Amino acid sequence: MKKIAKKTLMALAGLGVMMGAVSANAGPEEDRLKLVSHFKHKFPDLKQEDYVYSALAFDPDAKSQYNSIMEFPPYLGVLEKGEKMWKTPLKSGKTYADCLPNGGKMIAGNYPMFDNARGKVVTLEDAINDCRVANGEDPYKIGDDNTMGTLGAYMRTLSDGMKMNIKVEGEGALKAYEDGKRTFYQRAGQLNFSCGSCHVDNAGVRIRSELLSPVVGQAVHWPAFRGGDKLTTLQDRYEGCQKNVRHVNDKAGGARYNNLEYFHSYMSNGLEMKSSVFRK
Amino acid sequence: MRKRASIITGVLATLLAASAFAAETGKDIAFNRSKGNCLACHAMPTLPDAEQPGESGPPLIAMQARFPDKAVLRAKIWDATASNPQSFMPPMGKHQVLTEGEIDKVVEFLYGL
Repeated sequence: MKKIAKKTLMALAGLGVMMGAVSANAGPEEDRLKLVSHFKHKFPDLKQEDYVYSALAFDPDAKSQYNSIMEFPPYLGVLEKGEKMWKTPLKSGKTYADCLPNGGKMIAGNYPMFDNARGKVVTLEDAINDCRVANGEDPYKIGDDNTMGTLGAYMRTLSDGMKMNIKVEGEGALKAYEDGKRTFYQRAGQLNFSCGSCHVDNAGVRIRSELLSPVVGQAVHWPAFRGGDKLTTLQDRYEGCQKNVRHVNDKAGGARYNNLEYFHSYMSNGLEMKSSVFRK
Repeated sequence: MRKRASIITGVLATLLAASAFAAETGKDIAFNRSKGNCLACHAMPTLPDAEQPGESGPPLIAMQARFPDKAVLRAKIWDATASNPQSFMPPMGKHQVLTEGEIDKVVEFLYGL
């Protein structure tokens, strides 16, 4: 009898290990669907396409303010500057459009992507820099909003309406994705928050008067012009978030943020891109 | 002359700052956004000046009834994750967000709510 009990226990333990292994390898699509259903349960009235508005989706007044500002956004001058940069030929005589896939149009939703040859995540900004270097220019500093930020703000408008389409294929890609996921869910900083503390568990909840946005839909609307004119890229925002939780922040363009952006963007797969947008 | 005046101003400013620091109440610490920042997540329904509170944590009310043992309340503030690993509350003491003395003052303040 004792022997049978022991055997059963061992079999159960084995099953547990197996199930643990299965859930650890559940993969990006399962992760995304789990979050989508978590929010669907939490916010039954919110439509999937509304998630692109982030916190605005929970606040009709703020949303209507957004709509009126977006009719004539105060940051159009920056986009014009970016457009000029985009159209200026590089040293080789070629333009960015010549160098990037599909003339640079409707491609932003494919980034970040995992580059198997280089064994790392490549963001859209990296692709722009690759283009610059291949055509005789120095790379821009990834976190510099006067150069890369401005050019990227215009370039991303060429992908408006494209659906986010991040792919995680192969061992290296999965490893980078898992690294980004770990950064997202790991508590950090003096205040001991993870990204998920606020943007999964407390999404839709007010911290003081500010509504916390859900992670699904966050990655499709960058850059944002905060307060109307402060260009803020997604990775600028990562820096801000880390500072908010009193963590030593990483720098835009580093592997940690790129992997985080890879995971983060995947969670918005299927949602429409929109650049640039106003945020308060 | 001007130099002496500026020295006197400097000394006065330091004294004022020091006395303001010494006089910092539990409520000051609780309300201060770079200290306790309790209102980020908790309402204080009995205080009319506790404006625009957040809603992530439970309202701070009837604290004596809810925490007959003051040490339990203090332990929650020091590190809420010790009794509830899922808690979002920053470990105010464990991570030295507040000093031990500041936590004592906040506990006294909360006990009056």
